Amino acid sequence: MNIHEYQGKEVLRSYGVAVPNGKVAFSVEEAVEAAKELGTTVNVVKAQIHAGGRGKAGGVKVAKNLDEVRTYAEEILGKTLVTHQTGPEGKEVKRLLIEEGCDIKKEYYIGLVLDRATSQVVLMASEEGGTEIEEVAEATPEKIFKEYIDPIIGLSPFQARRVAFNINIPKELVGQAVKFMISLYTAFIDKDCSIAEINPLVVTGDGKVMALDAKLNFDANALYRHKDILAYRDLDEEDKKEIEASKYDLSYISLGGNIGCMVNGAGLAMATMDIIKHYSGDPANFLDVGGGATAEKVTEAFKIILSDENVKGIFVNIFGGIMKCDIIATGVVEAAKQVSLSVPLVVRLEGTNVDAGKEILNQSGLDIVSADSMADGAQKIVSLVK
Amino acid sequence: MSVFINKDTKVIVQGITGSTALFHTKQMLEYGTKIVGGVTPGKGGLEVEGVPVFNTLAEAVKETGANASVIYVPAPFAADAILEAVDADLDLAICITEHIPVLDMVKVKRYMQGKKTRLVGPNCPGVITPDECKIGIMPGYIHTKGHVGVVSRSGTLTYEAVHQLTQAGIGQSTAVGIGGDPVNGTDFIDVLKAFNEDPETKAVIMIGEIGGTAEEEAAEWVKANMTKPVVGFIGGRTAPPGKRMGHAGAIISGGKGTADEKIRVMNECGIQVAETPSVMGETLIKVLEEKGLLAECKTH
Repeated sequence: MNIHEYQGKEVLRSYGVAVPNGKVAFSVEEAVEAAKELGTTVNVVKAQIHAGGRGKAGGVKVAKNLDEVRTYAEEILGKTLVTHQTGPEGKEVKRLLIEEGCDIKKEYYIGLVLDRATSQVVLMASEEGGTEIEEVAEATPEKIFKEYIDPIIGLSPFQARRVAFNINIPKELVGQAVKFMISLYTAFIDKDCSIAEINPLVVTGDGKVMALDAKLNFDANALYRHKDILAYRDLDEEDKKEIEASKYDLSYISLGGNIGCMVNGAGLAMATMDIIKHYSGDPANFLDVGGGATAEKVTEAFKIILSDENVKGIFVNIFGGIMKCDIIATGVVEAAKQVSLSVPLVVRLEGTNVDAGKEILNQSGLDIVSADSMADGAQKIVSLVK
Repeated sequence: MSVFINKDTKVIVQGITGSTALFHTKQMLEYGTKIVGGVTPGKGGLEVEGVPVFNTLAEAVKETGANASVIYVPAPFAADAILEAVDADLDLAICITEHIPVLDMVKVKRYMQGKKTRLVGPNCPGVITPDECKIGIMPGYIHTKGHVGVVSRSGTLTYEAVHQLTQAGIGQSTAVGIGGDPVNGTDFIDVLKAFNEDPETKAVIMIGEIGGTAEEEAAEWVKANMTKPVVGFIGGRTAPPGKRMGHAGAIISGGKGTADEKIRVMNECGIQVAETPSVMGETLIKVLEEKGLLAECKTH
């Protein structure tokens, strides 16, 4: 799960990670009020959306007085920002972070992420802050330093110190940088983060080490033990159909094509998208109904697929293991009746209780095209939506 | 012969009294798996599906002589169940549970260093040696005993591959689902090594998906060490970057983990990759034919 920058900074502040003072604003008046309360001459007006690249898209402005805060807040609030992470449709700005300006001497990069190859959390740092870390990794890999962290010991001061010296933090500030990194690691572990990225980390003219930006992502599987983080969820930032799907524990992702897919298992769901494309079709979504689906869940899944107006046909591809075919069939029939299905439906069933499942479909009286294999099903649905 | 499990494997079901565990305990027993006991704390002394239930795994192992376990414990408690299996010195623990917090698994993995137990999963369909032992949730009837090893990150794609093989008259030695999580116990290379050493296994199908670099590393290992033909498939060729495709590990991020890159490396390492998921079986058969192995891999 993603959260906003200002929320990430709240979390970090509570762990003693140095961040600039700031306040969130939902309106222009609140923005001006926030700047007054901060009491600093220079403030930064920052668009709060769940995507990077805000600066380049005009979502971050430095205001030298309250009038400028007002001007920039008016300009940015309600604006649709298009960045390399938002997709072409962009994202509308509904919240601003008003933050005290600071005198930046130098920008660095600090990130924590899981390293799959070693099954450890890795701390990555670079003195090339402010830019995309992937670009740094590509062009000058020798400028990225890594420390692998033993989960039993945690991030050791010597490791943090080694990183600080490697990225050339001024030596009188190394102590601050070490404290910064260890606090960041503690927050990462305590809150079950999947990514904690500080880009840039800055050293200021008055000798402070602080996080100018903060991108925190959280492991969705661990949110059950972090109600405080869950409360940060901003539904405006998420796809409506994806929100609806998550209520029923369905894994759904919009893709923009016209063939709705309902599949069990993430691997098979991806492979189903692939095979539709292979036969020159265009999948509307990824949808994994999971292993423990009930007929009710399947019905909801069907409704979500059909709520996408681009959908011109549906392909149900099920290989039952933990999921039973008769349950899928019951759900499909129920859903088709409830929504009075008007687009072609191709169903391929295999696996646990397959005969019972096929029987239910046959008896339903619905116009269902059955398929013998996933290739057969993909070809049939592609030709039916043409 | 087979890998990891066979007709002598004695299995404890951890979390046996849950509804999913009960359903699959019944299925496993019907398949012929030696389920010798179950564990649910506080339910010791009960009997379910004719299987005795114990309060602790240590007690269950002591009473039954089990050497393997299968874990259906809910996600918040699953990491602890794995630790219990490792502590009991089992040869094998297979964790079916999905949605385990990844930092729990980071700790588990560290704890397992230097310990005897092999963990398969989590978030996997399990392991099956046809006609001998089925541990997990896969539908038993699609499998046939034979000589092709199957290893996969995805449960349902494993079924798909096995089904295609069986329909083409090609049996399987063992099918191993390693699971779709970013941190898991057994990886592709562990399973490939086991298949390489298993005299019954003549060829392998390896099924991967987007995210991480496990397939690339496995392909390099195959090139350097494998004496048997390997064919592959990678799911998620058309997946957009930055979107997590259901599995916790299935995401293209920072330009890494794309299907095209995996396929390129696999091809370079001599692994033929099926163009679509529906020709995994065909692709293997073509390779078996080329290598003159088709006749001995045919079961009928």
